[in-house]
Amino acid sequence: MVEPRPAPPAAAAGGALDGLDAGELARRRAAVRVLIPTGLGLNCEAETAAAFRLVGASPELVHLLDLLDDPGRLAGYPIVAFVGGFAFGDHLGAGFVFANKLRYRMYRPLVDFIAGGGLALGICNGFQMMVRLGLLPGFDGDYRTPRAALAPNDRLGYRDCWVRLRVDPDSPCLWTRGLDRLELPSRHGEGKLLAADDGVRRRLEERRQVPVRYVDEAGHPTERWPDNPNGSPGGAAGLCDPSGRLFGLMPHPDAYLYPFQHPRWTRLRRRGRAPAEGGGLAVFRNGVDAAAAALDQPG
Amino acid sequence: MIHRIEIAVRPDLPDPRGRHVAAEIRELLHIPVTRVRTREVYHLEAELTAGELAAVVRELADPVQQVGAAGRLPADGFELAVTVAYKPGVADPVGKSALVAVEDTLGRPLGEAAAVYSSRVYLLDGVDRARAERIATELLANPVIQTARVERPADWQGSPPDLAVPRVERGGRPPVATVDLGGDDAALERLSRDGLLALSLAEMKAIRDHFTAAGHDRRRRRLGLGGAPTDVELESLAQTWSEHCKHKIFNATIRYREGDGEPRVIRSLFDTTIRRVTEEIDRELRAGDGGSWLVSVFHDNAGVVAFDDAVHLVYKVETHNSPSALDPYGGAITGIVGVNRDPFGTGRGADLLVNVWGYCFAPSDWRGELPRGLLHPRRVRDGVHRGVIDGGNQSGLPYGRGWELFDGRYLGKPLVFCGTVGALPVTIAGSPGEQKAARPGDAVVMVGGRIGADGIHGATFSSAALDEASPAQAVQIGDPITQKMMFDFLLEARDEGLYSAITDNGAGGLSSSVGEMARDPGGARIDLARAPLKYAGLAPWEVFLSEAQERMTLAVPPARLDRFLELARRRQVEATVLGEFTADASLHVTWGDETVALLDMEFLHGGVPELELEARWQPPAFDEPPRRATDCGEALAGLLARPNLASGERRARHYDHEVKGLTVVKPYVGVDGNVPAEATVFLVRHGSPRGLVRSEGVNPYLADRDTRAMAAAVVDEAVRRQLCAGARLDRIAALDNFCWPDPVCSPGTPDGEYKLAQLVRACEGLYETCRAYGVPLVSGKDSMKNEAVVGGVKIAVPPTLLVSALGQIDDARRALTLEPEEPGDAVYVLGETAGEGGGSEYFRYLGALDGLRPELGGAAPYVGRRPPALDPGRTLPLYRALAAAIGDGLVRSAATPARGGLAVCLARCAVAGGLGLELDLDPCPVAEELDDDLLLFAESNGRFVVTVAPGDETAFARRLAGLPCARLGAVTAEPRLALRRAGRVLADLAVADLAALMSEGADGG
Repeated sequence: MVEPRPAPPAAAAGGALDGLDAGELARRRAAVRVLIPTGLGLNCEAETAAAFRLVGASPELVHLLDLLDDPGRLAGYPIVAFVGGFAFGDHLGAGFVFANKLRYRMYRPLVDFIAGGGLALGICNGFQMMVRLGLLPGFDGDYRTPRAALAPNDRLGYRDCWVRLRVDPDSPCLWTRGLDRLELPSRHGEGKLLAADDGVRRRLEERRQVPVRYVDEAGHPTERWPDNPNGSPGGAAGLCDPSGRLFGLMPHPDAYLYPFQHPRWTRLRRRGRAPAEGGGLAVFRNGVDAAAAALDQPG
Repeated sequence: MIHRIEIAVRPDLPDPRGRHVAAEIRELLHIPVTRVRTREVYHLEAELTAGELAAVVRELADPVQQVGAAGRLPADGFELAVTVAYKPGVADPVGKSALVAVEDTLGRPLGEAAAVYSSRVYLLDGVDRARAERIATELLANPVIQTARVERPADWQGSPPDLAVPRVERGGRPPVATVDLGGDDAALERLSRDGLLALSLAEMKAIRDHFTAAGHDRRRRRLGLGGAPTDVELESLAQTWSEHCKHKIFNATIRYREGDGEPRVIRSLFDTTIRRVTEEIDRELRAGDGGSWLVSVFHDNAGVVAFDDAVHLVYKVETHNSPSALDPYGGAITGIVGVNRDPFGTGRGADLLVNVWGYCFAPSDWRGELPRGLLHPRRVRDGVHRGVIDGGNQSGLPYGRGWELFDGRYLGKPLVFCGTVGALPVTIAGSPGEQKAARPGDAVVMVGGRIGADGIHGATFSSAALDEASPAQAVQIGDPITQKMMFDFLLEARDEGLYSAITDNGAGGLSSSVGEMARDPGGARIDLARAPLKYAGLAPWEVFLSEAQERMTLAVPPARLDRFLELARRRQVEATVLGEFTADASLHVTWGDETVALLDMEFLHGGVPELELEARWQPPAFDEPPRRATDCGEALAGLLARPNLASGERRARHYDHEVKGLTVVKPYVGVDGNVPAEATVFLVRHGSPRGLVRSEGVNPYLADRDTRAMAAAVVDEAVRRQLCAGARLDRIAALDNFCWPDPVCSPGTPDGEYKLAQLVRACEGLYETCRAYGVPLVSGKDSMKNEAVVGGVKIAVPPTLLVSALGQIDDARRALTLEPEEPGDAVYVLGETAGEGGGSEYFRYLGALDGLRPELGGAAPYVGRRPPALDPGRTLPLYRALAAAIGDGLVRSAATPARGGLAVCLARCAVAGGLGLELDLDPCPVAEELDDDLLLFAESNGRFVVTVAPGDETAFARRLAGLPCARLGAVTAEPRLALRRAGRVLADLAVADLAALMSEGADGG
């Protein structure tokens, strides 16, 4: 049950993996090493690693303090995943002390990693950190200037509830390609995505850098609680950079790994509508396939 | 030098915290404040250049949503400012993280003396000074741990920015004192009371006699000690011998009588009931085919049971009642963060899986008098929730069921239960994970946070009743992040096999952890001068007893010590070698070269005089409600809106339900996710379908009539909930947590004999039921002084026994919930209902309906005469048959009637399914002829409501043949709960209305 199922090559590879037989596809995916920094109050490393493993990649947990001592090792990985949790307790603001550490201790290697074609995924606290650091939205190759913020939820406080997301099919985001709807648990206290100004907001819309939005039952983006857990304008739930390789979101694809984690799974099971796998895995598979396709290209 | 930095939300953006506080002020204090804005203030104590300070300010303020300034931000018009800061010595995790950010920004360490102190300013509009003072003391600041200052704009602006910081100034280290125990009895008692030792006269005398004799010991004299204890020795003994640590009442010799009958002598309630039932079950299992699945019980920090080839499960539930009464947030966060250390300190260390919580509070709308120095129940409730939310979420743990119960008697003390399930590897570094033993020569290593005066006398304090003089320093504030970093490090050390034993520093601090660990090797020698301190000026006894949080004590073999310390350094976790374990039969404590304590191990652990107590049971008399013609629909609606039965979903969603990605049945289920699950189900490891099942039973209302009935009922409820989720009946382990009023006779407790008899009967009920069900008690805890004096009246909590069950399911994909799923499915009721209204929510509802209010300190009317009885000879065959039917896949949903009875259970099923139930209760199995209201609302044990697909009904009926089981009707598409009996309509309610009622009651209580 909890084993990976053979799944079709995903759209994120842009067709590069089409036509491979199952064994070759598995080999390509297994070659994708995923760096997952841990420690300092982060806490979603186990499920994030499980997610990458379930889609066939090779995740490696590395303590953030070890990474800071040797930030050059980032270069050896096609993907880095910043996981959820409470780095430094989110004291001073979500993701804040964490982002500050990376800015002052390993900013250069991080920018080199991005320039070298690396993919990054930030979930919840990882997303908050990426925004705070300026990795997202990353206009014009500037990955240092914060242009957005994840402010406290309109209804103050942490909240755990499942949300519906709609994926923008025209977003450059590699991690959401081919996806339409997602249902995932939202679990945060600071997720209201604010743009620094109207210019930033317009540009995010124009460049389709908001790949996922909270939607209501009818599928329309919403700012209304509880469908939108934090009051995020336009229902924005995540951001990608213009290249689509960097993606962060507040809800947790890492907590929907198995069909029986959906809040109404017993009913779906009964009606034969249980999905073949947890709905969060497609995000990870997209990223892994994009990385696998890129690994394949010479140079 | 001290620099002040202010950070605020950009003036053109809304301030969510300010708005939240404004709403609370209006709602809770009924003060029409018009606006609140907040500012975070950081006082940075370090030498910085002007350029560096500017860089720090720039980094601390988020350019997108905040503004910041050194000194003060401009005052943008306000009427009053309230500044809330911590008192000296109170843990400040925010300040600690801020210091990390400052050092990262500057790229240099700021040295040992550097510190950041966090505080907050609230700018209020629309209130006068008197109201602002009220807001400050009744909502924003807790005087136990914080200071609050109210200022007008003119004072605020007319003075330089406030640069005061709550630095601890304690002066030099106080010398070690020798305590003269030569006085008379009164003097000894005074010494115990004034010194917060909580030692009885007999115990003081035992200590005096021991030291008088030890005064002739040559080693003692050579080390400069004499025939009287040092303060370190006396405090250590008081700590080790506290009720909290030694469970003296549970180990006492008790003469128990019923009425004027012949007394029966019980030598240790613990040995004759709790330990006995577990050992008997264990023996039976060992004699059977499958062997025993009990791995380690009673002797470690938590119980350990077998789960699969890779891991065992570890479970512990603790209470943190007294600290939560004084500082609800700090007490509760310390409770949850503290109980996480129990599984972590079990065997050679379990990693953590799931938290649980449960609270007993006085009603939130309490309007009567309050115990002096204690807080309003609403404030206690809010603070406790916030504390456990922060503690659990920041520890990265989901929770698996939580609950709240309300009764006026919990004004005496709120009960705050927190628990943790962990996974202990079967094998750690080549040997069984549950085995640990310090060896002579192993280093005594303290890991984690530093020592301050926090929580001194916590163990002795929790063994005493609260009064207004209760010590503020007994409160600690847990810091889950510091602990998480320590755990991350220790898991690495564990897997590398770098230590031979580990235990938690909880109650009693080092005196307890080192004292306990030293039992295996036979002794220890430690130098307190090596212990890392938060600030100077602590006396040696304070260092030894401090309950400063986030610390573990380990035994590290000399060959592994360098690697251990190196790994700690790399993980930025403080680890300090305090001394070594020895085999010389003593606990030898020094400060540098000076011996400050030399305690005989045998006396320390075995010297406490045994208590001899009297218990006398007299069945109490309580009123039944006058019989009446109840409108059952109205009563059902009334019950659903009662706080004890309301859906706590809104509060519960502030707690994480699914971090770790292992949650299968979440704490709230149903189409709208607003019905509490009967039990929760979690995977234990990614990649394996085997799951753990979490449930509990708690029902203090049954204690009024008979604690024996209470104990039976709560075990039964916990087991029934397990079955509803699909757990195996033969793999349920349980924990017992007793929270009792003082059961020892004294002038202040003239009814001690009765309360002790209640304890005896609860233990015996626990024994009988667990024995019959084959449910071992693998761990537990007791808390024995849960009371306070209000206006001269003692308010004692009702005897409260929480039974927490930990079950197992072979394949979590087959788990069940209480949700009916398909219209047309048959609805069955299993188990008999009897006229057992005693202790029911329905009777209390009738009491309220009749306008009766409980007397101060008394039970809510009506208690009734007949609490639910339990006959395992009748329930167990039913449970086996149901488990088999579930195993065969014949059951689609399962629920169990508990508080509120059958009708409330059916209402919850309907709400969860978003479907109707159309039922005729006439065939419902009953033990006797019953009026409609008792059939619907009695809380009889041993019952279930299940749904079965039409095609499976024959097979299901065959499974249940000969057992009390009846088909009452079917699930319907129209969402109405329609209950009839022999043609009469008992209730007919729309499911949406039921859901609304359930959410309505959640804020009452």
